[in-house]
Amino acid sequence: MTAAPEVARGSATGGVLLDAHNVTMQFGGLRAVGNVSMHVSRGEIVGLIGPNGAGKTTFFNCLTGLYKPTSGSVTFAGQPLPPRPRKVVYAGMARTFQNIRLFHNMTALENVMVGRYCRTKTNAIDAVLRLPRHRREEREATDRSRELLAFVGLEKKADTLSRNLPYGDQRRLEIARALATDPQLLLLDEPTAGMNPQETREAEDLIFRIRDLGLAVLVIEHDMRFIFNLCDRVYCLVRGEVLVEGAGDVVQNDPRVIEAYIGKPTVIEEDGNDA
Amino acid sequence: MDLFWQQLINGLSLGALYALIAVGYTVVYGIVQLINFAHGEIFMVGAFGAFATWVVMGSPKQMSWQAAVFGLLPAMIVGGMIVSVSVALLTERLAYRPLRDAPRLAPLITAIGISVFLQEVVRLFFGTIPGMPDAKRAIPFPTVTGISGRSFQIGTVTVQNSAVFTIAALAVCTVFLWFFVNRTKTGRAMVATSQDPDTARLMGINVDRVIMSAFAVGAALAAIAGVAHGMRYGNIDFRMGFLAGLKAFTAAVLGGIGNINGAVVGGLVLGVVESMATTFIPGQFGSPAWKDVWAFVLLILVLVFRPQGLLGAKVVDRA
Repeated sequence: MTAAPEVARGSATGGVLLDAHNVTMQFGGLRAVGNVSMHVSRGEIVGLIGPNGAGKTTFFNCLTGLYKPTSGSVTFAGQPLPPRPRKVVYAGMARTFQNIRLFHNMTALENVMVGRYCRTKTNAIDAVLRLPRHRREEREATDRSRELLAFVGLEKKADTLSRNLPYGDQRRLEIARALATDPQLLLLDEPTAGMNPQETREAEDLIFRIRDLGLAVLVIEHDMRFIFNLCDRVYCLVRGEVLVEGAGDVVQNDPRVIEAYIGKPTVIEEDGNDA
Repeated sequence: MDLFWQQLINGLSLGALYALIAVGYTVVYGIVQLINFAHGEIFMVGAFGAFATWVVMGSPKQMSWQAAVFGLLPAMIVGGMIVSVSVALLTERLAYRPLRDAPRLAPLITAIGISVFLQEVVRLFFGTIPGMPDAKRAIPFPTVTGISGRSFQIGTVTVQNSAVFTIAALAVCTVFLWFFVNRTKTGRAMVATSQDPDTARLMGINVDRVIMSAFAVGAALAAIAGVAHGMRYGNIDFRMGFLAGLKAFTAAVLGGIGNINGAVVGGLVLGVVESMATTFIPGQFGSPAWKDVWAFVLLILVLVFRPQGLLGAKVVDRA
């Protein structure tokens, strides 16, 4: 959080924050993620693309401790990352979900405050006895949560139940909730899925502003224009393995990537009845 | 009409007892989707803990009502809570947590097993603790001067002091719970966990601790109910948790399981229906022997016509 945006921007030498080495996730006979190595530096926006079923979300689940990788290692800010979701959050990594997973019966503000709680110290006894420390922390958590709602543009909807929010707002609320845990790295799983072009541009703008706060962002996305506008580097994952890695235009023009997405032109002619 | 008011008071105090236990079913269900059938035994263990506290204090018999109400009673409640919460946390840690990811039927059967286990432990071994009486038969509960067996009149209606205690305890606990769930970090963590445990984990919530606090809160309220039961009926025995637990479970379902307010409302409704049925239904169907029948008939009616319970299950509403 301390790195100045100008220093952090685009500098691959700004210190490696996340370093995944040969991560493999095996489900029985199915190798969903195989030997994926990836690094994200401080202040960097990294894209993760790949056809459906390539293992992108599985890889996210490995990073955030929902799955324990079969083999491989993940270090975060120089420390090995424990495969426990709660510890991952404390280490400084937060995520959003492909299918929105807000706490639907809580207001927008309460959702963000739940994210905030991992950075507060009071316990149930303080709360019951209404100790000053509890009241102070509760106020700080509320203030910070309102700030974050304003940051994503939801300050007017703080008291709306999250399930009643429009789709785009729910996506932004999820980002605010993740930011509330004070992460150094934000993982976004398809942040623009189902959004119209206008909302997609707003999301792009939001992610740039998050990077300007000094955070690194790792984003899964299918919208190629979005990805290549946004990212410093892009990884393309196919069938669980890293096919190509590099700057946006390098990946964009790589014939193997095009093949993975739409196939070889000749294939269509030979197996015309395949569709 | 006097009879109506009399039965209303009786019903509310009985219902408050059910409600105090029902909260334990509902809180645990809301978070781990487990019907903890051992909860009735947690209530029983709480009552025995309160009794044991009285013995440890030297079995005081004669005292002023001030000493009894402000000294003995709180001490017994705290003692009962310590025992019931410890037992509840132990069952959670040793029996339910290893089965967290098992099919739902496994912890359910385990809960029934624990229920039998706790009954038998109390029946066989309570008497072997130095100073404690044999628990194979009912044990007279210590008299709390000023509450046990005392009553007062409002017009022609007799109100037992123990009824006042039970209803007041329920009121205090309900306010406390509301505050706990809506205004504290642990409470919000509980709501978040009930809605989506995986996401809650990813927001830095210690889900294991949240589950433990759910068991602890339920057990603490059950201990209060245990003391209230002891003062109301004058004795406790190792089987008392079975029917009380079943009734409280009914109350929780009646109100909408997973919903704390529902458990309170369901308990009160169940208690009132029971006592009204035994008074206003004519002939043999209105005899006290039938009161359990009417309670469960009510349960069946609610399940047929309003399966989500009186207040719905807002807390556990999961897509």
